[in-house]
Amino acid sequence: MSAVTEPAERPRPVSSAEALRAIPQIIAHEVTKPRTTKRWVDWVTTTDHKKIGIMYLVATFVFFMLGGVEALLMRLQLSQPGNTLLSGERYNQLLTLHGTTMIFLFVVPVMAGFGNYFVPLMIGARDMAFPRLNALSFWLLVTGGIVFYCTLFFNPPEAGWWSYPPLSSIQFSPSGGQDAWIFLIHLTGISSLLGAINFYATIVNMRAPGMSWGRIPLFIWGILVYAILLIIALPVVAAAVTMLLTDRHFGTHFFDPTAHGSPVLWQHLFWFFGHPEVYIMILPGFGIISEVVPVFSRKPVFGYKAIAASTAVIAFLATLVWAHHMFASPVPIVVLGFFMLSSFLIGVPTGVKIFNWIATLWRGSIQTTASLYFAVGFIAIFIVGGITGIFLAVFPVDWQLNDTYFVVAHFHYVLMGGSVFSIFAGIYYWFPKITGRMLNEGLGKASFWLMFIGFNLTFFVQHALGLSGMPRRIYTYQPGLGWDTYNLISTIGSFILALGILMTIVNIAVNYKRGRVAGPDPWKGNTLEWFVPSPPPVNNFDVIPRVRSVEPMRDIRRQIERETGVTQKTGGSEQFAKAGS
Amino acid sequence: MLAATAVAVAGLLLLPGTALAGFITPKSGAPPANQIASLYKIILYIAAVVFVIVEGALVYSVYKFRAKKNRVAAQIHGNTRLEIGWTVAAALILVVLTVVTFVKLPGIIDPPNSTAPSHFLSAAVTEPTPPNGKKLTICVQGRQYIWRYTYGNGCLNGSFALKLPYSYQELYVPANTTVVLAIQSTDVIHSWWVPSLGGKVDAVPGYTTYAWFKAPKANVLYHGQCAQLCGRQHAFMTALVKVLTPAQYQAWLAGQQRQIQAANAQVTQLRAYLLSTGNL
Repeated sequence: MSAVTEPAERPRPVSSAEALRAIPQIIAHEVTKPRTTKRWVDWVTTTDHKKIGIMYLVATFVFFMLGGVEALLMRLQLSQPGNTLLSGERYNQLLTLHGTTMIFLFVVPVMAGFGNYFVPLMIGARDMAFPRLNALSFWLLVTGGIVFYCTLFFNPPEAGWWSYPPLSSIQFSPSGGQDAWIFLIHLTGISSLLGAINFYATIVNMRAPGMSWGRIPLFIWGILVYAILLIIALPVVAAAVTMLLTDRHFGTHFFDPTAHGSPVLWQHLFWFFGHPEVYIMILPGFGIISEVVPVFSRKPVFGYKAIAASTAVIAFLATLVWAHHMFASPVPIVVLGFFMLSSFLIGVPTGVKIFNWIATLWRGSIQTTASLYFAVGFIAIFIVGGITGIFLAVFPVDWQLNDTYFVVAHFHYVLMGGSVFSIFAGIYYWFPKITGRMLNEGLGKASFWLMFIGFNLTFFVQHALGLSGMPRRIYTYQPGLGWDTYNLISTIGSFILALGILMTIVNIAVNYKRGRVAGPDPWKGNTLEWFVPSPPPVNNFDVIPRVRSVEPMRDIRRQIERETGVTQKTGGSEQFAKAGS
Repeated sequence: MLAATAVAVAGLLLLPGTALAGFITPKSGAPPANQIASLYKIILYIAAVVFVIVEGALVYSVYKFRAKKNRVAAQIHGNTRLEIGWTVAAALILVVLTVVTFVKLPGIIDPPNSTAPSHFLSAAVTEPTPPNGKKLTICVQGRQYIWRYTYGNGCLNGSFALKLPYSYQELYVPANTTVVLAIQSTDVIHSWWVPSLGGKVDAVPGYTTYAWFKAPKANVLYHGQCAQLCGRQHAFMTALVKVLTPAQYQAWLAGQQRQIQAANAQVTQLRAYLLSTGNL
């Protein structure tokens, strides 16, 4: 990425701004010289939230690709019955690596990457509340990832990302891979926990003047609730994996049924973390969609309060639904009924969000950018994931669907089609801000179509696979069970999907230095990150504008229009000139 | 461009629903799988309506309101009535689903009486039991990577179970008989699942879980397999359920008992011989 030097243009003359500072401040890029001229040293030692954000995004995308290759290997193995490409041992290792990587090393930290880069910019702060803690968070994540992937040279873990004992106990998983997995959970857990505390402190304390709780951008609401959920959920899994570790090596029997321990205890502890984790992975994505859709519809978001409130309600309910992962476990029927109802309830705020996004598009003047393609694709896919979630919440139906490919389809519709499409919408939306260069829109749309078609080919047929009786996590199957064609379609789809993802990576690689210069506000955005130059200077804001609504940049454009008489075109619709306020 | 988008989205999402009829519902063939399938279908119909309306609204608005010359975006911030309306509508659908589920639930969890007259039926109170108390209990034990079945009342009683007939992988049951499975595991967690006969029940070490089914016809073979990752050969932990007539079942049971006894006797003899010759 290009190093931040002197900004190309300033939104305001600095001289008059300095006089407006409420308290005496030193502006970093005016007084300090870089301590080193070596760029890699600068990257390793930086505490700048933007550089840390970029490193988060790059590192998590490396893990995304590793996890993707693991998925493709598994799909190749399953493409035909009786395939011998992988052994059962290798397959179990791959499914463990894939799940763990995608959850702990990609989706959760990539949201921290976006959050790192954009939380201070969107709330009008000059950095995160604890910059050095921020750097620690990132390096802990990288360490966790490296420790985990070192097992490739020894014995990778093979008990799955959920690692149910007794299978994950020392008796049935004697290799050190399982311990590396525990170590990864601890390191990424501490990393996320520190990051969450940092986000919380930043958002609560460092907002621009005038940015009350009713005016913070919806992406910030997403990150705030993400942080709170991480703080609630992570200590529980940290305790659980510590208990697993002491069971494995220090003679305790928490989960050992032969010594009055209970494997079901692990399931409760793990899913008490595991289900909030699902919302940890999707809420910031919802936030991205809630930013992208109004900007490209040229409309205010429909029902700001409802979207913000539904985020909080989802977070609350997310801590009350964990046992819907355990409908086939030894759990009393009355408990199953409770968790069915709580899982139903969570569908309501989620539905509200979808309705609000569609209402935001309604009567807009929709700019069909690649980012909007991904956002609309996200909504289209997420609807399917939400609906299949209702099937799974009905526990008698779940007895048939649980642990089959129907579940695999469901959670890939919400996590791959959901989170990943929202991440891609975020990439196409914010890349110009991060690098100062535009991505190629045509390539972006082609990438979207390949991903969208590939995704649906891969995962839609998996519903049918599950309904026709194929359980998850089997490395091979007999011919003639009615699964052959679906599996082949799914494998073909996965390679189309991978090709689509590759096109975006090529787009990024080609355009981060050579793309069209973006300027500070290429999309006519609503939020404060578009106020500063692209890429932003080290201190972000020389002057922090006063915030008067949830869309401060529209207010600023309107003010410029009023004062200069020059119409501020917003991509084809002269909304302010005609529609007024 | 977006017109094409709209059509493609709609086409792609709707096509499999119609083209794959028959594979859009779970497998069935015997209670309680039939009852689960019928509950599933009710949800499917409601879901299909919701899907068409919501995806339709999305595709329509993206297509209809794409930017054009002179189009001005309506600056709407919200509509409280509408928002309350769709929140309540979503909640109402879920209330309906809840009611339907609890109406259907007894048919799924409570086993019915057996319709075949059989004298291998027995009564018990702790397991799921038909109204008249008569059922056939079979113990299912998950092991890496095979299912073991112990036949007959008292199979949960360890010392007594040693004398009962057993089989591996293939489960033999009489038709029209309410069969209750008492499911256990000796090592890791497994999950008992024969899709056409009912839902999954985990076999968790330290616990006994129960499932039931009532196969309607004799001479049918049902295929199932372990549904919880249990180790490297998880994929080969299959289960076959062979339905016999009650008379055939009795005969098979007696034959199995005889064979096991004969084999045991042979082992005892061989053991005595090897001990006497000093080879053991």
